[in-house]
Amino acid sequence: MSTSARYWREIPQRYRYEASKCKGCGAVWFPPRLICSACGKKEFEDVVLPGTGKVKTFTVIRVAPSEFSDEAPYAIGIVDLDGGPAIQCQIADCAPEDLKTGMAVKIEFRKVKQEGEAGIINYGFKAVPVL
Amino acid sequence: MAGIVGYGAYAPRYRIKVEEIAKVWGADAPSYKRGLKLVEKSVPAPDQDVITMSVEASRNALRRARIDPADIGAVYVGSESHPYAVKPSGTVVGEAIGATPNIHCADLEFACKAGSEGMFIALSLIDAGKMEYALAIGADTSQGAPGDALEYSAAAGAAAFIFGAKNTVADVEHTFSFMTDTPDFWRREYMYYPRHAGRFTGVPAYFKHVTGCATAILDMAGMKPEDFDYAVFHQPNGKFPLTVGKKLGFTDKQMEPGLLCPRLGNTYSGSSPMGLTAVLDIAKPGQSVFMCSYGSGAGSDGFIFRITDHITGVQDLALKTTDYLDKNQVYLEYGAYAKYRKKIRLGE
Ligand SMILES: [Zn+2]
Repeated sequence: MSTSARYWREIPQRYRYEASKCKGCGAVWFPPRLICSACGKKEFEDVVLPGTGKVKTFTVIRVAPSEFSDEAPYAIGIVDLDGGPAIQCQIADCAPEDLKTGMAVKIEFRKVKQEGEAGIINYGFKAVPVL
Repeated sequence: MAGIVGYGAYAPRYRIKVEEIAKVWGADAPSYKRGLKLVEKSVPAPDQDVITMSVEASRNALRRARIDPADIGAVYVGSESHPYAVKPSGTVVGEAIGATPNIHCADLEFACKAGSEGMFIALSLIDAGKMEYALAIGADTSQGAPGDALEYSAAAGAAAFIFGAKNTVADVEHTFSFMTDTPDFWRREYMYYPRHAGRFTGVPAYFKHVTGCATAILDMAGMKPEDFDYAVFHQPNGKFPLTVGKKLGFTDKQMEPGLLCPRLGNTYSGSSPMGLTAVLDIAKPGQSVFMCSYGSGAGSDGFIFRITDHITGVQDLALKTTDYLDKNQVYLEYGAYAKYRKKIRLGE
């Protein structure tokens, strides 16, 4: 399967941050699941992830895979969303030396990668420091 | 006539100062600062383009409009730097904000006038009763050739407007457009940087069309420059808009709130639209706003807005345009700027 097809299937999560909330226990899953890992129920409602949060932990990538080599060094982190689940994403617009755990961030729409100079551009979310 | 129900802007946080560019090319920074009133310009991060900035500006417009994005019937993205030569920007934007699939969608291009072009079409669709809401965006990540005069101003930013007939924050009272075939600035397919006709970009291009459009719309409205609280013109540099505005009879006080170019640079299709968002951020009910865009090739779209009582309830619902201008800027040296803007060709 081409990466374009996979990228296309994940648009609701990558573009609109759509998650599923368990109707049994209220747990929010991102990406959405078919069975709740917390209580085993199978009924969910669609919710949208909150757009703000705090950096829980992060690591700095200095030797990047080729499609990200232009951007190195860059940070990948886990962000505790305000009132929502934790998500993993790149933390952009911030020099690695300025990053701190507990830092307030917001989710912004960014280019995540491109499939070469002539390929599809993959868009999605990244965390950036709040203004 | 219909009007704006929600508006929003977006600018990247990276900046480069005029001195930093001038240093590299052995140019005279004070002449750019005094002559063209340019101080610094915005630079998009490597992971930003017209689509990402359009999405963020549109989300700010939606926060203010407080409408269901599924009720938007059209999405127009005006830009001269669409990320793809073939594949629309508007579909990605429409999908990201939750407006798809029941929308009409088009990418527009008319040098720096593509944003106001979308505004005119969106407004017209609402006036025609074709849909409840229409979204128009002006956005660019413009490039000037290294060392060219345009490199000091070519910047990045976006402005988005949702037009509708109910609960408007600014009603459109008049529109007028003025066009001729004028070869002042162009870019051929597969060319990386645009070309321009030097001094020819002034009098026969910018000044002729802005003056022609402004004079006609004022005449049509039966209004004089002193009847307005604010005036926003296209801003290829800091000097042209003030010069043309003064010639028409507008004052610096009317023009300053919407004059972003000295600190932001020329955001091309986003230029006068972003100036308008800065004015809407501070406007009061009953005030009137004059706006005139300019796009090379060449033409101008004029708008006369009347601010409604609803404006005060929406101004604080999203980040303001000056927040993007004044907070947390990161200043780049020329090397990082050249890398970010892909001005350096890498070996295979
Ligand atoms: Zn559960």
